[in-house]
Amino acid sequence: MNRIHYLFNTQKERVLSIYFTAGFPDLEDTLPIMEAIQAGGADIIEIGVPYSDPVADGPTIQDSNKIALDNGMSMKKLFEQLKGFRAKIHIPVVLMGYLNPVMQYGMEDFCKKCKEVGIDGLIVPDLPMQQYLEDYKGLFEQYGLVNTFLISPQTSEKRIHEIDENTSGFIYMVSSHSITGAKSGITEEQIAYFERVKAMNLKNPRLIGFGISDAETFTTASNYSNGAIIGSAFIKKIKDAQNLSQDIQEYLRGVKN
Amino acid sequence: MIKVDEKGFYGRFGGAYIPEMLYPNVEELRENYEAIMASKEFQDEFRGLLKDYVGRPTPLYFANRMSEKYGVKIYLKREDLCHTGAHKVNNTIGQIILAKRLGKKRIIAETGAGQHGVATATVCALMGMECTVYMGEIDIARQRPNVERMKILGAQVIPAVSGSKTLKDATNEAMRAWINNPVDTHYIIGSVVGPHPYPEMVARFQSVISEEIKWQLMEKEGRENPDIVIACVGGGSNAAGAFYHYYNSPEVRLVAAEAGGLGVNSGKTAATTAKGTPGILHGSKTILMQTEDGQVVEPHSISAGLDYPGIGPVHAHLFDVGRGEFVAVDDKDAMKAGIELSRLEGIIPAIESAHALYALNMIEYSKDDVIVINLSGRGDKDLETYIKWGGY
Repeated sequence: MNRIHYLFNTQKERVLSIYFTAGFPDLEDTLPIMEAIQAGGADIIEIGVPYSDPVADGPTIQDSNKIALDNGMSMKKLFEQLKGFRAKIHIPVVLMGYLNPVMQYGMEDFCKKCKEVGIDGLIVPDLPMQQYLEDYKGLFEQYGLVNTFLISPQTSEKRIHEIDENTSGFIYMVSSHSITGAKSGITEEQIAYFERVKAMNLKNPRLIGFGISDAETFTTASNYSNGAIIGSAFIKKIKDAQNLSQDIQEYLRGVKN
Repeated sequence: MIKVDEKGFYGRFGGAYIPEMLYPNVEELRENYEAIMASKEFQDEFRGLLKDYVGRPTPLYFANRMSEKYGVKIYLKREDLCHTGAHKVNNTIGQIILAKRLGKKRIIAETGAGQHGVATATVCALMGMECTVYMGEIDIARQRPNVERMKILGAQVIPAVSGSKTLKDATNEAMRAWINNPVDTHYIIGSVVGPHPYPEMVARFQSVISEEIKWQLMEKEGRENPDIVIACVGGGSNAAGAFYHYYNSPEVRLVAAEAGGLGVNSGKTAATTAKGTPGILHGSKTILMQTEDGQVVEPHSISAGLDYPGIGPVHAHLFDVGRGEFVAVDDKDAMKAGIELSRLEGIIPAIESAHALYALNMIEYSKDDVIVINLSGRGDKDLETYIKWGGY
């Protein structure tokens, strides 16, 4: 069974997913960060594949992408690092990457490699639903990869239902009209949007991302969904970390409890 | 047929590869642009402003001394005489009327050389709309006069400080700004790039260029079709406009001059078709310069308007099917051609357009040919570059 399905079948609340950029702050930090995220009590690991032009991301993640690329991170390198990670990591792992690097690697080779190393799902923010359905759905399914779509406050109900029909892992709710790391805190307007989507009774679980940074925002988001995703705030945390593993675990325990 | 299909593809290039956060905006545009553009009210306003405000039709000028030198009939399509100094305003006039009809209150834009930024700031002033222009930090430094022009016109200019700090990064920033302001804001893309329907929409606004060439050439030569049309290509909006009504007349050769920079193999180039491979950039599948790993390579050109790592999907298609002839003109040759035109015809061209002029030296033609070169912009904004370059 896919680990993402297993997770949401057994845990409905306060699911915490943590994003980090592979190759940041140092090239070889990928596995130590994954272990620390798991040890800190997070439920999903989202590994960002760095890209030169991440249009959906704000300055914090842009910087981490740039540093990771300067450090020499690449898709090939990442798959080398991920070889054998399942010996230590048992929680679901999702790869988040923009379409171009994936295309250049070759979509089928990419999917095959993901399965081989033990990846459970993908987030390709600039792969539109229609293109996914026409060109890639078969491949993703063949290699047991769950595809995650994003929705935003602007997404129509009709489209949310279409997305719900065409995914089987979770729906990534972008909390506001923004790129990553642009806003912090949760406004009443956002809560109205969370409630509106909650009332739609979608078949898929929902995780809220963008603007989640601490115990308070995590709890608020979790009240209206199955949990939340932290990205930019986590990147900031590891950028300044003195002791990477220890700082990550402390931070995550603080968020969850 | 060279034609966009309903999904926004020209052959295997095009489409709309955008984050879901941009989907509602792009979809709103896609659903409405054709109907709005086809309406009589839109056409009346658009055509009226092109005539009385932009100063169209721009002349199709027979370049006498240049023709003599090259031993062939050369016409220059004088887009440099458009209000604001380049063809860019054809598109911004069209898009701002469209934005108004969609009920938008704010305009954002990206700019490289600053010509599109100025053209956008201009129409925003004309329509009383708020305007923010994103521009790479490096371009801000090398195109100072245009930055000041935008500010005089009331626009806010925000530097793009990521990546190569040029047009590519300004485009990233504008897309991010659109994600952050999806409801009341329209993004005026300045070239035939971006997600569908932008490439086709911008090309249609610019197609007035070849529409005019047709009847003007009929008046002067008794025929609508030249043998060759030459235009420079960064993203490719002036080329798309100059080629548009000739796409499906294969007897007309379409020559696209890309920026060779310091040389196609120097690692400092913007010659996309020479060095690029298929991939995704700024929302469409096209040809772009990238590493094996799919990271976008930072381009180089002496002309800020051509300093872009991709080309519009329609140009990728023209290249793919052999309909377009692509040449790479190096910095030094473009500068030479700019000075040559100044001396032969008394016209100082934009350095972008100078690339198209130099292409004459790189293609074969026969002495009976009629060649139209699209002179996309004037050189005022490039004076500092000309001065630094010297050689005149």
